[in-house]
Amino acid sequence: MSWYFKSLGKRKIIEFIIFALFIFFFLGPLINLALLAFSGKWQFPAALPQSWSFTWWKFVLSQPEILKSIGLSFLIAIVVTVLSIVVCVPAAYAFARIRFPLSKWFLFSFLLTNAFPKMGLYVAIAVLFFKVGLMNTFMGVVLIHVVNTLMYMTWIPAASFKNVHKAQEEAARDAGAGPFRVFWNVTLPMSLPGIIVASIFTFLSSLDEAQGTFMVGMPDFKTMPLIMYGAVQDYPATAGAVFSILLTLPTIILLFVSRRFVSADVMSSGFTMK
Amino acid sequence: MTAQVQLSIQKLTKRYKTGEGVTGISLDIKQGELVTLLGPSGCGKTTVLRSVGGFLEPDSGDIQIAGKSVLHLPPEKRPTAMVFQSYNLWPHMTVYENLAFGLKIRKMRKEQIRDAVERALQLVRLPGAEQKRPTELSGGQQQRVAVARALLLEPAVLLLDEPFSALDAKLRNELREELREIQLSTKLTMMFVTHDQEEALSLSDRIIVMNRGNIEQSDSPQQIYDTPKSLFVANFIGRMNMLDGIAENGSIQIQNWELHASPDISGKVVVAVRPEDVRWKDASNPGLAATVKQVMVLGHYAEITLLTEAGIIRMFLPREEALVLSSGQSVSLTFAKHAVYPQSSV
Ligand SMILES: Nc1ncnc2c1ncn2[C@@H]1O[C@H](COP(=O)(O)OP(=O)(O)OP(=O)(O)O)[C@@H](O)[C@H]1O
Ligand SMILES: [Mg+2]
Repeated sequence: MSWYFKSLGKRKIIEFIIFALFIFFFLGPLINLALLAFSGKWQFPAALPQSWSFTWWKFVLSQPEILKSIGLSFLIAIVVTVLSIVVCVPAAYAFARIRFPLSKWFLFSFLLTNAFPKMGLYVAIAVLFFKVGLMNTFMGVVLIHVVNTLMYMTWIPAASFKNVHKAQEEAARDAGAGPFRVFWNVTLPMSLPGIIVASIFTFLSSLDEAQGTFMVGMPDFKTMPLIMYGAVQDYPATAGAVFSILLTLPTIILLFVSRRFVSADVMSSGFTMK
Repeated sequence: MTAQVQLSIQKLTKRYKTGEGVTGISLDIKQGELVTLLGPSGCGKTTVLRSVGGFLEPDSGDIQIAGKSVLHLPPEKRPTAMVFQSYNLWPHMTVYENLAFGLKIRKMRKEQIRDAVERALQLVRLPGAEQKRPTELSGGQQQRVAVARALLLEPAVLLLDEPFSALDAKLRNELREELREIQLSTKLTMMFVTHDQEEALSLSDRIIVMNRGNIEQSDSPQQIYDTPKSLFVANFIGRMNMLDGIAENGSIQIQNWELHASPDISGKVVVAVRPEDVRWKDASNPGLAATVKQVMVLGHYAEITLLTEAGIIRMFLPREEALVLSSGQSVSLTFAKHAVYPQSSV
C-alpha cells in the first residue's frame, strides 16, 4: 500500500485529500439530504435508512399551497431573468463600448446594491413600493428580485462584451455587415457564454430569494423559500429534505444543461473582469 | 501606358479632441501599387488608414477610390478591405466560416464560395485549413487567414495596419515576401502601414514617410534612402552620422576641416553621412582628423567607431579592409557622399 502512495508523490496526495474534503463537505450534506428524502424510517446510528419510501414526496406534492409556490417561484424566476436580460444586456454593452464619464461609478453602484446590508435596502424599497402601490403585487416581487440580479447581469456580460475586440467588430463591418448584423453575428455569439452564465445566476438567485420577497410579497406571493420557512417548523425533517431537493434540483439541472453549451473554462472566463 | 490613380487622398485633416491627428495629407496611389506609410509611433499612420477604411470620419478633405468619393459611405459599403494588427478573426467561427462571411453577405452561391475559399487558402499557403478554429492556429497562420479574408472581398484597395508586427522576425520576413508575391500576382493596390523601416524598404513600390501628422517625403525606397529630403527622414531611415557644421560662402566648416557645399546654404547646418559613405586615409592626408576607437567585425562587413572633435562617427568597411585598422590609430576621414540640412529643421 505505502509504495502506491510514494509513487503518487506528495502533490497528488495533497490533491486527493483536498478532493476528499471537498466531497465530504459539499456532496456529503447533499447525499444525506437525498437519503433522508427517500427514507421511510432512519434511526440514528444506522448508516443507511432502514426502509425507503415516497411518502413524504407524495405528501409534499399533494399540498396545494406547496405546488402553487413551486409554480409561482418558477414563473417569477423566468420573468426576472427575461426582464434582467432585456434591461441589463444593452446596458452592459454600453458600459463595455461607450466610455462616458461616470461609467465606472455606475458599475460600482451595482456592486453597492449587493454590498449594502440587504434589509436596509429592502426597507427603503418597501417604503417606496408602498407609496406607489407595488406592495403585495407580482410586479413588486419581480422588481425586488431584479434589484438583486442587476449586478451580475451587468458586470458579467459587460466583461464578455469587453473581450470582443474592436478589431473583430470592425473586421465584420469591413466584410460588408451592417452594425446590426455585426452585433448579431459577431458580438453576441462571442459574448454568449458570459450572458448565459449571468442568466443562470439570475434565475437561481431569484428562485432562492426570500428576504425581499417576504418584505414586499406577503401575504399573497409565497415563493418556495418562504414556504420552506414554514415547512421546516411544521413538518418533520423528511419533508424539509424533500423540499430542499426541490429547491436544489433546478440548480443542478441548469448547471448540467449549461455545461453542454458552455465549457468550464469559458464559464470561468465569463467572470474575468477588466 | 500609365496606370490609373486608384486611391486619392486630398487634404485630409483629422484632429482628435487631444489636438493630435493628421493635417493636410494628400497622396495618390496608382492601380497595382504597394505604398507604405512609414513613420514613428503616433505620427498618424493608422489615422490615415482608418479614414480610408471608413472607421474614422475626417474633419475635412476628400478620399476617392477609382475616381469616386467614398467619404459618405460606411465601412461595409466601401470597396476597401482591412487587415488589422491582431484580433482579425472571429473565434466562434471556423476558418471556412470566417472566410465565407463576407461572401455570404454578398449572396454568392455555395459552390462558388467553397471554390473561392479554397483558392484563397491556397494563395496564403494554408490549404485544407477550412475546418480549423482560429484558436488552433499560430499567430502567423491567423494573419494569413486574415489576409485571405481580405483578398476574398476583392477590394479596390487593400489596407494593412502593421499586420505582421506582432510576429517574430523570421516569420515577419516570410509573410512579407508572401504578401509581395500575392500583390504581384493579383495586381492589387495596397496601402501598408508600418513603423519598421526595413519592412518598408523591402516591400514597397513607394514609401510615404510621415512625421507628426504630416508627410515628410514620398518616394521610391531607393530615393528615400539615397536622397532623404529632410533631416527627419535622414535620421529615421537607415543609419546616419550627423555632424554639426557652419556653412558660409560655399563651404562648410566642421571643426577644423572644410567641406565643399553649394553656396546657397549658410548658417548652422547638419551634415548627414551614411556609414558606408565614410572613407579613410592616413592621418597625413587632408580630411577630418579621427581616432579609431573600436573595430567590430559583423559578418561580411565591419563597423568602425571613430572619435572626432565633431563627435562619434561610424564607418562600415568590407571585412578585409577593416583588418588593417586597430584601435588608437589616427586617421583622416572624407565623405563619398553627404547631405546638408539647416539645423533648425530638427
Ligand atoms: N481615438 C483617439 N483619440 C484621441 N487621440 C487619438 C486617438 N487615436 C489616435 N490618437 C492620437 O493621434 C495620434 C496619431 O495616432 P495614430 O494611431 O494614427 O498613430 P500611428 O502612426 O498609427 O502610431 P502607431 O505606430 O503607434 O500605431 C497619436 O498621437 C495618438 O495618440
Ligand atoms: Mg497605428
